[in-house]
Amino acid sequence: MRSEPYIQNKTLTDLRTDLQKVQEGVALALIQNGYTDFAQFAIRLCLEESIVNAFRHGNRSEPGKVVQFHCKIDGESAEFKIQDEGVGFDPAGVPDPTAEENLEIPSGRGLMLMRAYMSEVEHVAPGNMIRMKYKNGPDPAQ
Amino acid sequence: MSNPTSVLNISDEAGVKKITFMQKSIIDEVVIHQIGKEIVAVIDGAAQPKVLISFNGVDHLSSAALGVLITCHNRVRVKNGQLYLSDISKPIFEIFKITKLNKMFQIADTSESAMKNFK
Repeated sequence: MRSEPYIQNKTLTDLRTDLQKVQEGVALALIQNGYTDFAQFAIRLCLEESIVNAFRHGNRSEPGKVVQFHCKIDGESAEFKIQDEGVGFDPAGVPDPTAEENLEIPSGRGLMLMRAYMSEVEHVAPGNMIRMKYKNGPDPAQ
Repeated sequence: MSNPTSVLNISDEAGVKKITFMQKSIIDEVVIHQIGKEIVAVIDGAAQPKVLISFNGVDHLSSAALGVLITCHNRVRVKNGQLYLSDISKPIFEIFKITKLNKMFQIADTSESAMKNFK
């Protein structure tokens, strides 16, 4: 098991290429720190959702706008902070995608998935930064 | 049969359009958009479409991909067609359960069992 935490601070400028680089580095760190396949799957999904949200919704896909990415991974937990250049939003205002009337709406599930898989999810005011934490340990019962 | 730029394998089995994915990870937005276009074309090409989407070999899926599936589901329903999903791995099925989409989609364990359900 890796002894030094894996720490990254990156400015992401291109969604496709930078997200892939982030995922590759994180995936390796998770393996080196003994995270299960389930944990690796969950974290990869949540990173995908959060970084895409930052570019598409936070930055409104505007060219030139960047996303700040920070992570710290060790044997105990994987922590991430993703910050966009938008004005923020109120997560309480996002409709529940599992409500009957929303099931057939194609969008709006990213946040729900992050909250389902991550141990902690925090939206930092004014809502353009998300902090997520996955606590390493046995897979949750399914 | 698929065109060279397709991201899907599409075959016809007993009147059912069977669709499988060429990529293991369905997370790239451009790919997801292309997937949506191709499946919608299949649906629009039949009066009452019968479509089977097999997730055999797929190990990652994003919420954007779920969105495309929902759009396809809605489109099939409007045409009184049938849509089944099959061969979904346990981790990906968990995503369907969390989002309660397992209640909306018709899901079979395997392509073979799905094919038996088409009327």
